[in-house]
Order: sequence, then structure tokens, then C-alpha cells
Amino acid sequence: MKARVTVSLKPGVLDPQGRAIRHALESLGFAGVGEVRVGKVIELELAPDTPRETVEEMARRLLANPVIESFRVDMADAPAEAP
Amino acid sequence: MKTGVVVFPGSNCDRDLMVALELVTGVRPVALWHADPEIPAGLDLVALPGGFSHGDYLRSGAIAARAPVMRAVATHAARGGLVLGICNGFQVLTEAGLLPGALIRNAGLDFLCRDVALEVVTADSPFTRAYAAGATITVPIAHHDGNYQADAATLDRLEQEGQVAFRYAEDVNGSARRIAGILNEGRNVLGMMPHPERCVEEAHGNQDGRRLFEGLLKVLA
Repeated sequence: MKARVTVSLKPGVLDPQGRAIRHALESLGFAGVGEVRVGKVIELELAPDTPRETVEEMARRLLANPVIESFRVDMADAPAEAP
Repeated sequence: MKTGVVVFPGSNCDRDLMVALELVTGVRPVALWHADPEIPAGLDLVALPGGFSHGDYLRSGAIAARAPVMRAVATHAARGGLVLGICNGFQVLTEAGLLPGALIRNAGLDFLCRDVALEVVTADSPFTRAYAAGATITVPIAHHDGNYQADAATLDRLEQEGQVAFRYAEDVNGSARRIAGILNEGRNVLGMMPHPERCVEEAHGNQDGRRLFEGLLKVLA
């Protein structure tokens, strides 16, 4: 089974990379782009029947830094939770 | 004064730090390997050097903070032992939860490598006691992820409790409240982005970092 952990910067945390991307999009002529936020997606291949709670603990303890980041866990063999 | 310097895969300031510590203390530091679950008994100071531990993968310092040696470093700190994290070492200490906050990409996105002016905010710590509070010193920086961030309540507490050790004289990397270095509540753990070990002898052209190590020596001698 697989899980996907999406790590995002918390609202309010400055994202210098997102700002640089927005400027680059503007210079390519894309108008109307508001704030851009950069996160990361971590895909995990897991032993069968690994509980969601285990993946959430992985995210809390390593994959995300709770000081600046939030995360969302999607289990591949279960319907994704509504955001 | 017995000191140890932790070496992670990708550390690159460990030798500079050992040279600086030996210069001031007269005793060669012990090298501590990241994978060792224990550190020798009787160390006065454990220092975490600059560099790019584990290639800065995931987040700067994130993998190193979970290395076996860090449990021993946390135990050492909990007993009141001194811990100094410089640059990547500071990032490791925040990731390990030994210091609050986080260090994110510099606001200007550039890797910054130059001398900066620092204000010594407090002299009330084993690390800063040889400086005068309010003094301005010059120390080099060399980092990409030195932008210190924490929530407003944490920043207020750091200021009120006198845990801000060093502040940039002007905005360098976007750090909240221009913070360059902080102490833990017990004042026995210091993390700082600037490199005091790079300004300790005449050949460096600047010896402002030397007093940090000399202050430690006075505490521990």
C-alpha cells in the first residue's frame, strides 16, 4: 500500500521561493497570479494494513516541522479525506 | 575543559571548530560520530558544527536531529551540560527541539557569505559572558537557510526572558526580530548562525569570535 504526505508551509510563514516563482510567472506574461506557496509531496510505500495513525506520526516526528509546516495524509487504498 | 564536536555526514566546519576549541582551551576536542548512541562521560561542552549534514535533505538539520548521537546530546543538555550549535548546528538544535523556532530559506533566496555586524544582546550566559551586553562585534556568516522564524508568542518570550543572545545589526536574511542566535531557558544551549570559530586568531583578520570560547573556558576552568 502507499501513502502520500503533502507538506505545506503554515499560513503566515514567509515563503521566499513562492514569491520568486510568482515573479517568474509574471515575467512569462501570466497575469493575475496571487500568492504562490511551495510545499512538498512525499510518497511512502508501506507494509499492508499500515494504519493512517502511523503515517501521521511519521509526519509529526520527521516529515513535517510543526513549527512552520502543516501536513495532510492520503492513504492510497482508502478514499482520501475531504480537505 | 573537555569538549566534543559532533561530526555528521556532510559537516564541513567540524575541523575549524576543533582548531578553535583547542586554541582556546589547550585541549584537543573529542570527535563524536553521529551514529554513536553515547558520548564520553565528563564532557563540559558538546558542539555541533556548520555544514550540510545529510545534504540538507528534507529540511536543513532534519535528518541529523534524529541521529542516535542526538539523544545523548539531549541528555547532556538536560543535565545542564553546555551545547553550542553553529550554523547547521543551530538548525539541528531547532529540529531536535532543544531550541524553539525554525530556520528557513533566506528571505532574499541567496546563499550569504560575508562578515556581518552583530549586537551582543545579553552577556548573561556562559557563551556571552566575556562580551559586554550591547557591544557590536563582527562575525562571518555562510548560510542559505538562516532566516529565523517562530510564532509571535515564542519571540516575545525569547525577548522577555533574555534568551536572544545575538542580533544582526541590520536585516541580513529576513530573520524575525533580526535574531542571529538564541539560548534555551536554562541558558546552557546556544544556537547561532554566524561562525565565531572563523574569527579566533590573527590570521583570520578578526578575533571577535574568540571571546565566546574564552568565556566558556572561564566558566569551566
